[in-house]
Amino acid sequence: MALSAFRRSLPRSLSRGFAAAAKPQTFAIYRYDPDTQAKPFLQDYTIDLKECGPMILDALIKIKDEVDATLTFRRSCREGICGSCAMNINGKNGLACLLYIEESSKPIEIQPLPHTYVVKDLVPDLTNFYNQYKSIEPWLKRKDTKAKDDKEYFQSREDRAKLDGMYECILCACCMTSCPSYWWNPEYYLGPAVLMQAYRWIADSRDQFTEERLAWVNDTMKLYRCHGIMNCTNCCPKGLDPAKAIVHLKEQVADTYKDGWKSMMTGEIVKNKGRESGMMYM
Amino acid sequence: MLSRLARAGGTISARVPKRTVTTTQVGGYEVFDHSYDAVVIGAGGAGLRAAAGLVGHGLKTACISKVFPTRSHTVAAQGGINGALANMTEDDWRWHAYDTVKGADWLGDQDAIQHMCRLAPEVILELESFGLPFSRTPEGKIYQRAFGGQSLKFGKGGQAYRCAAAADRTGHAILHTLYGMALKFDCLFFVEYFAMDLIMSEDGRCLGCVAMCMEDGSIHRFGAHSTIVATGGFGRAYQSCTSAHTCTGDGSAMASRAGLPMQDLEFVQFHPTGIFPAGCLLTEGCRGEGGILRNSEGEPFMARYAPTAKDLASRDVVSRAMTLEIREGRGVGPNKDHIYLHLDHLPPETLAERLPGISETAKIFAGVDVTKEPAPVLPTVHYNMGGIPTDWKTQVLRNVEGEIVPGLLAAGEAGCASVHGANRLGANSLLDLVVFGRQAADTTAELVKPNSPPVKLPPKAGEASIARMDKMRHAKGPIPTAELRRELQVNMQKYAPVYRNADDLKKGKDVIVEVMKKYKDVGITDRTMVWNTDLIETLELENLINQAAQEMYAAEARKESRGAHAHENFPDRDDEKWMKHTLSWLDKPFVEDAKVVLKYRSVIDQPLDSEMHHVPPAKRVY
Repeated sequence: MALSAFRRSLPRSLSRGFAAAAKPQTFAIYRYDPDTQAKPFLQDYTIDLKECGPMILDALIKIKDEVDATLTFRRSCREGICGSCAMNINGKNGLACLLYIEESSKPIEIQPLPHTYVVKDLVPDLTNFYNQYKSIEPWLKRKDTKAKDDKEYFQSREDRAKLDGMYECILCACCMTSCPSYWWNPEYYLGPAVLMQAYRWIADSRDQFTEERLAWVNDTMKLYRCHGIMNCTNCCPKGLDPAKAIVHLKEQVADTYKDGWKSMMTGEIVKNKGRESGMMYM
Repeated sequence: MLSRLARAGGTISARVPKRTVTTTQVGGYEVFDHSYDAVVIGAGGAGLRAAAGLVGHGLKTACISKVFPTRSHTVAAQGGINGALANMTEDDWRWHAYDTVKGADWLGDQDAIQHMCRLAPEVILELESFGLPFSRTPEGKIYQRAFGGQSLKFGKGGQAYRCAAAADRTGHAILHTLYGMALKFDCLFFVEYFAMDLIMSEDGRCLGCVAMCMEDGSIHRFGAHSTIVATGGFGRAYQSCTSAHTCTGDGSAMASRAGLPMQDLEFVQFHPTGIFPAGCLLTEGCRGEGGILRNSEGEPFMARYAPTAKDLASRDVVSRAMTLEIREGRGVGPNKDHIYLHLDHLPPETLAERLPGISETAKIFAGVDVTKEPAPVLPTVHYNMGGIPTDWKTQVLRNVEGEIVPGLLAAGEAGCASVHGANRLGANSLLDLVVFGRQAADTTAELVKPNSPPVKLPPKAGEASIARMDKMRHAKGPIPTAELRRELQVNMQKYAPVYRNADDLKKGKDVIVEVMKKYKDVGITDRTMVWNTDLIETLELENLINQAAQEMYAAEARKESRGAHAHENFPDRDDEKWMKHTLSWLDKPFVEDAKVVLKYRSVIDQPLDSEMHHVPPAKRVY
């Protein structure tokens, strides 16, 4: 691909010279201006790594602070727990704040999460992901009511351990946007993060709507677009394994399936018809 | 925007009341007007709990947040949430209340403290009933760990184990659980809307707020019968902090611009164990699970400074001890400028089960394997005990007499009820968020009827705010935002650190005045309206300067040492002259024209009712 046509260097006025002992590193960063809606391009920026923190996010912040204040990206905690700075670095999804800058003579390419609507520069629109997360009802569902003096729901250590590796998900969308199935069917396929969270509530011993939850995902598009491609587990910045969760999910669906599921799901759909997505835009 | 609504699959549901939005022109911008019973600004722990509570009460609610709710900094909290559940030992909420009053160095309001500690077990069980994955004891009950400043039997019964935890990701678990709770209640979120200012009526009641939608730059006025500010603290006023980039004190500065006071801003907590030099947090739970701080001589020095509690003394005590050790030449590392936190003596299984998150953080940010080597740590700015003054019902107060501002509430770190006084105990903040988030919803429900008639906004409401935003959007001054922000941060770190002294505080005041004036010379590059982070960071910088200036003035004026405010020229606590809250104002809304004004109001030393005895002041030793 003729990237050179899409790559721009900084105008002379903005480029900096470097001292002799500096460690210059070039970053090629995706830029898109929603005002002009001109064709996106990769902008080259070169900074001195000696004057920069070790993480990709440190480089982005340095570029924004010192070179080009119009560079736009999401960031918050800088310690890998909030999930804001998810982006594609040298072709792989990850959190900019947890990835070390690896010195290279080639520019480090930074792009927004793949196959997303881009609002500006490195900021993707994740509304669809958030809506899909809501659709799996990520809260504890019980059929009984707690008596007034009841304390916590009992959960053994073994049962609690089943949630390890799933509850830590920070909803960064690295896995979702690394999945080719999700690229081709984002409206229907729930994607690795959402499926793993669906399984998190199915695996939670305190939840009493297990069968309903299993029936809810038992759908050729919602669940079975997963073909075990494994990009998700490969790029999860928290070291989680959505692919494995989906395998367990498919197993449990198959083990639990009953003929009455279809009418149970019709009932659920009718109940939730027109339900507010919760994401307001006006 | 409408296409986005369609893509989101949102249709107006019967569950959610009908919304009407009208548009008008204000200050050359098209403005969208919304009306709600209640508006929550901030979607962290306190904001989400408030929003969910409001919807639960049947009130038409909007929750505005400049970041997606689960990105709020509550998610980074690690250690746990305190509550006298008595799962590990016998326990009593009055002992927790005593510890909190003492932890606050007697600057906390005992009515609010009673309310918080009494409600703690109930809110923790409520969180659990929404699915929070607490760690468990062998009996299947919620696991509670030891935490700083927590004792049994009013300080006489040894260490208390009352910090309910989900490994070392309790903040993450709480925020995601609260977000799930908010989703269950179909809360309406306005995500990535930057709230700019409160809308106040002529007679001093709050009518709502004005915000900018980052996605398309549109301006929105939210009229509401009750506005709840839950925007967190302003840790980013310092060069080194555990806080997120988004912790810029927006809601507090908004209240300040509306002519309202801040309370106790001089009390800034330095968390003993922030990773050196990255600044990322290593939870107090490390010490709760048995971790020990050692100096260059390998000595567990906390035994000298706090014979009873040792490493689990109150955070201000530990931070001061570490600072003194470094000052006296016993720091570690090539420059002897930090301390070691040892976890390598703990069983690796314990670390894997109870402290997996910080094990990972230490690996990434310090290159350290905590099962084998100590982690480098340094006291790092972490929390603001001060904030918008409120009563125990989260109603904002406008003056020394404690007069309530109708229509305005504040909860969480942005508020100052005051439960934390001069120093906050670890794991009391997550508790503060949930208790007072809930209280804000309950107080609103007492005052506002569901589906109330729309608030009548004055026709020019928000005009000053929009003009300000427009001015900064076209700012052509010589000082880039990042440069002025750096200047603020470096100087706050230099002149108001763990130990303060008269000379530094005086210099700090002068420097801060300069920074305030320089704000009018800020220039930005991005002139667009969509996701203009250059502009947003500039508006956030004003909020930081607004808060930092009041902090510096308040610190310079307080001639005693209390809690986190350690004054080298006045090393003792002076209850006779200084057992009072500082109230600070900016005499004009904008920092470049303003001066800080200080007044004082009394601490509420009597509890709410007879279920708890008043805790009389005593010498604070651990």
